[in-house]
Amino acid sequence: MSEISRENPSQLDRASWPAQYNVHFEKDPDDLWDESRMIVNIGPSHPAMHGALRMVARLNGEIIEKSYCQFGYTHRAKEKLGENRTYHQWVVYSDRLNYCSALINNVAYALSVERLMGVETPARGTWIRMMCSELARIADHLVCIGINAVDLGAFSFFLYGFHQREEAYTLIEKLCGARLTTSYTRIGGLMHDAPDGWEKEVKAWALRTREVIDEMDRLLTGNQIWRKRTEGVAVFNKEQCMDYSYSGPNARAAGVDSDLRRDQPYLFYREVEFDVPVAKNGDVFDRYAIRLEEIRQSLNILVQCAEKIRKGPVWSEDKRVRIPDKEVVFNTMEGLIHHFKYFMTGFQVPAGEAYTCVEGGNGELGMYIVSKGGPMAHRLRIRGPSVWHFQGLTPMCEGVMVADMVAALGSINIIAGELDR
Amino acid sequence: MDVRTPIPTNGGDWQGRFKDGWSEQLAQLKARFAADIVETHVPPEYATDVPIVFVRPQGLVSILKFMRSEPGFEYGFLADLTAVDHHPDEPRFEVVYNLYSLARKWRIRVKVRVNEGESVPSAITVWPGANWAEREVWDMFGIKFAGHPDLRRILMDERWEGHPLRKDYPLRGYQIYPTPEQVKPELLE
Repeated sequence: MSEISRENPSQLDRASWPAQYNVHFEKDPDDLWDESRMIVNIGPSHPAMHGALRMVARLNGEIIEKSYCQFGYTHRAKEKLGENRTYHQWVVYSDRLNYCSALINNVAYALSVERLMGVETPARGTWIRMMCSELARIADHLVCIGINAVDLGAFSFFLYGFHQREEAYTLIEKLCGARLTTSYTRIGGLMHDAPDGWEKEVKAWALRTREVIDEMDRLLTGNQIWRKRTEGVAVFNKEQCMDYSYSGPNARAAGVDSDLRRDQPYLFYREVEFDVPVAKNGDVFDRYAIRLEEIRQSLNILVQCAEKIRKGPVWSEDKRVRIPDKEVVFNTMEGLIHHFKYFMTGFQVPAGEAYTCVEGGNGELGMYIVSKGGPMAHRLRIRGPSVWHFQGLTPMCEGVMVADMVAALGSINIIAGELDR
Repeated sequence: MDVRTPIPTNGGDWQGRFKDGWSEQLAQLKARFAADIVETHVPPEYATDVPIVFVRPQGLVSILKFMRSEPGFEYGFLADLTAVDHHPDEPRFEVVYNLYSLARKWRIRVKVRVNEGESVPSAITVWPGANWAEREVWDMFGIKFAGHPDLRRILMDERWEGHPLRKDYPLRGYQIYPTPEQVKPELLE
């Protein structure tokens, strides 16, 4: 294992290394290193693994020489189900992709089917979808940086974040009755309108959370242990990000200036002001810092949404997708037939294909749907960012210590539901 | 009302905005790779959101390389790599490459048609990240990628029989393996 120490000395003389440890690497490599090589299986059930993932690593001392990753332990055949369920029935499956930001998946799926049908939702429905997306994004980022900090021993930071996340889930619960598996959107509308005063509560929460985020920032960002554990660790540079199709906060941490909310505006993102933070080093610290800043931007968007949203309908008037009101269903024959046909056969989606993507919590969340007409998709492909991010873990962790691998894994925020689909 | 209807809250009229640029790019591609391009489908004639370029397998890698690096194209981001099964139509499969240009904010789709038993050249030389996506296509559809260094199953168990996303594969059924997959030391050499 002389390769890493000889070719890559910068890994070894980092500031966080006490100088006396460097002496090991100056010894003759032949007598020591061959014996210290071992294969370690990390996962699929392991406290450092965020979900059922597995990494098998060949270690030399504490340094990962070579590794490979494996997943698929929670594969639920969502794409196959997409071909065998009606478009309406598949809404519930979209929650179980990235379960930390289920609302974004709901919105992405609704948008992709609506695009195939040429359906537009009214303003209030769109604003609520946007607020949902941002709430979910904040919850997702709080989970990511909170767990990342816990993995490295910063427990109180995690509690601050999770307190706010709990409150965000309470707001989501008021919206749809569920905290995690929301299933809130419908094709062409929403499950139902937000309760009275919900926008005001979201705004109050956003203003409170802004202060908490500042406090979290003061608590951890300048912490010397945190800086030494994260700065320069598990670097993934801009070229690698492009090679491995990194997107979202992980790519922006390496200097890829891309955000689909700004570059391909969907919903009402054109009408709100926000910045896209971009860092340049692409290490664990930058991924953390980008997420922290993105939470602030999302809070700004939420406040703007809460001010711009007005009363109005949330459902599209399009008869193809609109679920008939219960009053009509129970009182008229036509309404009952409509209801029955909607839920038993499903609505017809015209032939065509589209790749619709939104900025998910972790990056580009795309849905590629091929329709040949009829109530079920011919092919429903989910492009989850986690798959591409997890693939980059092996090159990212070459020559990195095991403990830093845990930091790297936490920082790229792999969600097993989205990874295995 | 279908995919060609512009929806302001879902991308808007981007087909109108990008129309000229797309036709220019497609003309350039056709001039350069006349022998390798089968046909192009452009909205609004076809029900698709972005242009689709159908290419022959032998020209795929050079076209992808060209589209990734050529100024004016710069589709540097492989957004997605997947496949579609058109069973029982022939040719049976389409391998789909969804590309995105970060510089120009454009998207385009490249497709290769293959039949059962035929293989597609691997795009790993263009994007190393295509590795797992190609493994997934092999796992789910049974399409082989020529030149792929490590074409194993990825989502299913290595002992799995059949390719689940094929249209003739049943929705229900069990294959149970009492032992987990073993560590493969040869992958760590």
